Amino acid sequence: MPVLVRIPTPLRRHTGGAGEVYAKGKDVGELVEDLERQFAGFRDRLCDESGDFRRFINVYVNQEDIRFLQGRETQLRDGDEVSIVPAIAGGR
Amino acid sequence: MIQPFGFSEAALRRYSRQMILREVGGAGQARLAAARVAVVGAGGLGSPAALYLAAAGVGVLGVIDADRVELSNLQRQILHGTKSLDVLKVASAQARLEDLNPDVKVVAHAVRLEAANAREVLAGYDVVVEGSDSLATKLAVNDACVLLGRPLVAAGIAGWEGQLLVVEPGRSACYRCVYRREPPEGSVPTCAGAGILGPVAGVLGALQALEALRLCLGLGAAAGGRLLLFDGAAAELRSVEVRRAPACPACGVSSSKEPTES
Repeated sequence: MPVLVRIPTPLRRHTGGAGEVYAKGKDVGELVEDLERQFAGFRDRLCDESGDFRRFINVYVNQEDIRFLQGRETQLRDGDEVSIVPAIAGGR
Repeated sequence: MIQPFGFSEAALRRYSRQMILREVGGAGQARLAAARVAVVGAGGLGSPAALYLAAAGVGVLGVIDADRVELSNLQRQILHGTKSLDVLKVASAQARLEDLNPDVKVVAHAVRLEAANAREVLAGYDVVVEGSDSLATKLAVNDACVLLGRPLVAAGIAGWEGQLLVVEPGRSACYRCVYRREPPEGSVPTCAGAGILGPVAGVLGALQALEALRLCLGLGAAAGGRLLLFDGAAAELRSVEVRRAPACPACGVSSSKEPTES
């Protein structure tokens, strides 16, 4: 089930500069594993040692925060859009 | 001759282009004249935000920044200029803003906001625009605004991207509902680290001023309930939904009344 994944700028060095990639997975957890298969090292930027998403990175499925859905078990379907959104703190 | 709402002839002329708007008019302009807005950070975001807020005629504009103007600022921090190098940013801002619009009372706060002082400094304002350069400051400002019940328009920029969040305490998600605490040093990009083209700051700062003005006018935030995401490399502005986190340390039901550590 290919899903569109939007990659934020700080992580594009892992995807060869691509801001949008396709990945597969029946849920968000599997999607992250597929992203790791495609782009080695990607998972470590997203997740900490225990496999949870880092606190300053949020993941949205079709614009909804997965923390309010089923987290890593949030189911995915063809055509879904997943956004990875880290905090951006620059201002000055 | 005193016009309705007590505006002078000059003021009517100055604000004519916005008073034509149905949503503004004389009543709206009077609301702006009575509004007190704080801008945290007189840099990439604070510059365009403060300029547009002053131009629109807010009554009191507080500018909060502890730093001095540096050469590398001038590529994007359009409040300042070559003549104000090494001057305190708030002093440089005050001079520029008072020239743009002498109707506005500009208050300079040469301090860095943190958990210990944010509530005291921000208590005198109705709306807060946040454009500092650290997540720790954003969280401290957020916590203060939640405790004070002041709406907050927070934004961040780096590289080609920016984000904007409007916090309406008690109603919408706060910044800590979205980003709970300060990440490890160096893991979140800054302008110095990631680089930035000025207009990206301009877009976000102007959006901040727009939302702040809407709040002052009583129109409500257009971006309420959403995290706005700007991608300057794709000329895209999109949004994701944000929700209040029930266990949020700042605004959740079980939160304490004291400022939260980042």
